[in-house]
Amino acid sequence: ICLVAAEVNACQHRLSLSLSLRQEIMKWNGWGYSDSRFLFNKKGQAEFTGKRYRLSGLILPSLKDWFEGTFGANLQHKSPATPTVNLSAVAPPDLNEPFVEDLKAAGVAMSHDPEDRVFRAHGHCLHEIFALREGRIGRVPDMVVWPSCHKDVEKIVELACKHNVCLIPYGGGTSVSSALECPREETRSIVSLDTSQMNRILWIDEKNLTAHVEAGIIGQDLERQLNERGYCTGHEPDSMEFSSLGGWVATRASGMKKNIYGNIEELVVHIKMVTPRGVIEKSCLGPRMSTGPDIHHFILGSEGTLGVVTEVTLKIRPIPEYQKYGSVVFPNFQQGVACLREVARQRCAPASIRLMDNEQFQFGHALKPQVSSIFTSFLDGLKKFYITKFKGFDPHHLCVATLLFEGDRGKVLQHEKQVYDIAAKFGIHYKKHLCVCVQDLGMDYYVIGESFETSVPWDRVLDLCRNVKERIVRECKERGVQFPPLSTCRVTQTYDAGACVYFYFAFNYRGLSDPVHVYEQVEHAAREEILANGGSLSHHHGVGKLRKEWMKESVSGVGLGMLKSVKEYVDPQNVFGNRNLL
Amino acid sequence: MFSVFIQPRHPVLKKRDDFEDVLEERRRSSDLRYALRCYTPTLYKGLVPCKASMLKSIVLQSDHLQYVIKQVSSESGDSAECVAEEASLILDEMAHRLQLSTIRFFAFTLSKAFKRLFRSVCVNEEGIQRLQQAVQEHPVVLLPSHRSYMDFLMMSYLLYMCDLPLPVIAAGMDFMSMKFVGEMLRMSGAFFIRRSFGGDKLYWAVFSEYVKTMLRNGYAPVEFFLEGTRSRTCKSLTPKMGLLNIVMEPFFKGELFDVNLVPVSISYERILEESLYARELLGVPKPKESTSGLLKARRVLSEDYGSMHVYFGHPVSLRSLAEGKINRSQYNLLPRYIPQKPRVDTHEFLNDAAFRLVRIQEENMVLKPWVLIATLLLQNPDGLELSFLTEQTDWLRHLALAFGAFLDWPNHEACSEVVSCSLALHRHLLSVSAGHVQLNVTDAPQDETTPEEAVFHRAVVVLSCASYRNQILHVFLRPALLAVAMQSANSNRKDDVYNCFNFLRNMFSNEFILCPGDSVQDFEEACYLLMKRGVLQVLEHEIVMSASGHSTLAFLCSVLDPFLQGYQVVCRCLCEETNENLTEKEFIPAVRSFALKLILAGRLKCCEALSSDLQKNALAALLRLKAVRKVKVGDQVTLKVNKIAVNSLEDTLGGKIPTLKPILARL
Repeated sequence: ICLVAAEVNACQHRLSLSLSLRQEIMKWNGWGYSDSRFLFNKKGQAEFTGKRYRLSGLILPSLKDWFEGTFGANLQHKSPATPTVNLSAVAPPDLNEPFVEDLKAAGVAMSHDPEDRVFRAHGHCLHEIFALREGRIGRVPDMVVWPSCHKDVEKIVELACKHNVCLIPYGGGTSVSSALECPREETRSIVSLDTSQMNRILWIDEKNLTAHVEAGIIGQDLERQLNERGYCTGHEPDSMEFSSLGGWVATRASGMKKNIYGNIEELVVHIKMVTPRGVIEKSCLGPRMSTGPDIHHFILGSEGTLGVVTEVTLKIRPIPEYQKYGSVVFPNFQQGVACLREVARQRCAPASIRLMDNEQFQFGHALKPQVSSIFTSFLDGLKKFYITKFKGFDPHHLCVATLLFEGDRGKVLQHEKQVYDIAAKFGIHYKKHLCVCVQDLGMDYYVIGESFETSVPWDRVLDLCRNVKERIVRECKERGVQFPPLSTCRVTQTYDAGACVYFYFAFNYRGLSDPVHVYEQVEHAAREEILANGGSLSHHHGVGKLRKEWMKESVSGVGLGMLKSVKEYVDPQNVFGNRNLL
Repeated sequence: MFSVFIQPRHPVLKKRDDFEDVLEERRRSSDLRYALRCYTPTLYKGLVPCKASMLKSIVLQSDHLQYVIKQVSSESGDSAECVAEEASLILDEMAHRLQLSTIRFFAFTLSKAFKRLFRSVCVNEEGIQRLQQAVQEHPVVLLPSHRSYMDFLMMSYLLYMCDLPLPVIAAGMDFMSMKFVGEMLRMSGAFFIRRSFGGDKLYWAVFSEYVKTMLRNGYAPVEFFLEGTRSRTCKSLTPKMGLLNIVMEPFFKGELFDVNLVPVSISYERILEESLYARELLGVPKPKESTSGLLKARRVLSEDYGSMHVYFGHPVSLRSLAEGKINRSQYNLLPRYIPQKPRVDTHEFLNDAAFRLVRIQEENMVLKPWVLIATLLLQNPDGLELSFLTEQTDWLRHLALAFGAFLDWPNHEACSEVVSCSLALHRHLLSVSAGHVQLNVTDAPQDETTPEEAVFHRAVVVLSCASYRNQILHVFLRPALLAVAMQSANSNRKDDVYNCFNFLRNMFSNEFILCPGDSVQDFEEACYLLMKRGVLQVLEHEIVMSASGHSTLAFLCSVLDPFLQGYQVVCRCLCEETNENLTEKEFIPAVRSFALKLILAGRLKCCEALSSDLQKNALAALLRLKAVRKVKVGDQVTLKVNKIAVNSLEDTLGGKIPTLKPILARL
């Protein structure tokens, strides 16, 4: 459904074969792969380059109008990024020599090359990317180490404790919570622990349908390798091309198809983590235990503050026989939410069901490739006519839900019917695929934007969406943004008691002296609005350093104290000193 | 603490809009065509259009009401259907049935009536434009001041005229007794609420859900009077919180992004109910609203009521008002349809917001020259020479302007001209002979009138006149409190004066609009105004009167004098009261006859002590200061007086003993 990894819920970035190749394939100061991006060609038409995606190589004729109309951005006004990183701006590494010596003796791969260090100094927050584009480089790790197995990690952590260096675990680098930022107040040598070489599937147990995997493996590699054996995990966060298994565990990740397969906490059977106190793990692979509070829940969401996740046992499933996509068009967002709520009430949600608001629907339209034949164009016109004229839907209010069904053919068809029967009460079934990703393109043309998420009880979904969107518009206006921003949302997950909501927000920053600061203020205000409207601090992005200030409010003083006392016991020296969460 | 002046509160700097006379157009073209013209109001952007009947079913089906129905049913043992039926009846009794045809009827008849009653009806055009904008953005709550029955007719009339959506108006149930008129008002958008329904959960639920539903879907602007009732004295009344809480809750609970609160100030050069109010304050009960009573009021149509001003204030965003004061996440843990009593901080916020809104109303109230003349005439019961009165009026005009009064003084007209015009309009209150102007107080009593009747006759004139002076009190209030404080403080030391000021402010906070907690700010404002006027010098630790300041301070002191005297009379009455079981009901008659005795004996000159409004306010202050307690005996509420405390309050008010902290503390 989503062609491009635009949703920033990503967790990590990645490369697989050689360490140096990674930086070249990845766009180091933007999203995704360096050969796949939007650009406006000489005729002013938008094009998506590269070969990796379905949109690749296609011309998107409506994107320009949408882009200019929505943001007031002009293609004449370009704000190009600094093409390569200015390595002389990187401070020389502050190495802890005895640590380096001991590590060398242990035979662990390491580097203090400036490019390697800069690459691991950031996640995918807007301000991080923007700073890189402007060539501004802050505190970066002093060295990078690449353990190749659990034993290596144990050795590294032991030495880090002995020599008192600061360790920051690094998986795919797709954090959007400033979790990878090096704390400015850290005076010790900072070592980035890159898990990318721990990427093997150690065993597959077909009797119990489990797989034991090293935590550094990247989502799509894991899925590909399992697929070769006829299995899948079904865990598909939007960042799965870049994010790592360890990152999922450390941030409590959520996958698009969680309705069938569950979120990460329901997928893990066993976790092994190396902490300064030693290794924490359970003694068996029992599917559930009553042995006091589940220790997995100290690890899930610990955001690299307690240790390094090295190996995980995951549930696996046979590859589904049949997949089917679909869409439902609603006259307005209220009807759409009502439909999703009803689907959740009847507990018949398909593998994935996502509802886009009208603004996103219009953007989706702008992304439609140039039509290949008169026939498809005719068909499109017919559909449009049917929806807007016959059904009386106002194109400025209508919105779309995209659905994905998965399983064996008979059940999928049956399931599909049940869902569309419900949907018929609220909207109309319509076959169509949509996707979203503009951040990078925007940055080249004085437009910046990002997304953030929350989870909220059903009865507050509409109020929260409306208030947050409006708050964004108002805050932008108050801060001197000249054009109204793009402020849009979608409901991406349904639960029994509520939903996960994503907000996308972008604006034209021409004329602003410090656009990133404006962005941060607006995002801050939007988060306050979310909390005031009964939304959570995060559904799956995590807290990192970006949302730390609200932790106490979110989990109560006692709750925060509990977490702190765990940290104090497990890591009294604060070796895992990324200062996330607490 | 005394050094920082808060800029936005310099009243003089306020910029106000210009007025336009809306009757001018009416005098030139057909009223009928006007009443039948095409009416296409600007609407709220999120509006889901719905009919009055639809509205009713939304309210009855709401989660909130359903919840309360179940609760009431389980408490009372009545079946849920039964309670639901009751709720439906309440709603029928309450709900408006806005109809355009009725509005057109009113547009026609009111055009006729207004043209006869008023010389002009002036409205600030920019205010209307702002309102037009506000109506589209967020649901609007209109908060007019309330001085006359005319107020809400005028509001709807103006909104119709400006193509704004017609408001739904919270009206008191007493109108309902006027059969025909009640229904007419209902069809022009009024909805009716019982005056008191204290513990009736179901009534409260129906009522609050009804208002909230209209607000939430942007059905129409909701209009109500913060003061709760018409002010008989033309002073703003202490605001009521109930309805304000209801209209704010949808924002607190996140159901609305924002609510625009629009204070509206309506001022009359001559109030239709003028002498009616005075009689009411003196204990002649107000006639029950009846259709025949209204018809008798036709007499009023033949009189000249001068001009009328309506000022639409800047919309106040509830969101900005609540910023940093209300933590909306307090509502996160309970389903929103379950009613919650406002928490302490919400209550404080409501109180503060209500006071601020009333102060905006006050500040935007247009004052006519007569208000100044009335003030001077009341201070000189023996009358003044016309030339001296003119001179004094001019002096007072400059003082009022310096204090930020919103004075509607005719341009290019000699002061003497303005004064004689005003005197002519209000000739029934005064007598002018041989260049001597005097209030109509010494009117030769008719043969058979008793001395008591003569006093009441005089009091009616004084209270009528006071209702005009009261309109400008808010301008002089803070400097006047400071002037009295300086007089009664036993030193020039700033903190002594402040203590005195604070005492008086506290004493009078039921009488005047004084935002709770603004004591220091008010003190600074008073110092600033008087310093700017050259009346005072405010040094680091002292406040010193300037050589030329005497007359201003004397004037300001006598502005407050009737209230100081009135409160002392109340205190003395309570101290001398021998009945240990004085009930709340007996209080006003007791004070009235006590004051009457003093006046008859020549020991009291001030007729305003007879005003039941002042007496009630004084009692409220004494209760607040815990000098008097209410005790429930059987079904009677009796007043227990702490005579020592009341006595010392009286002495302090009279300047006999200095304000000392221990006294306050002892209270």
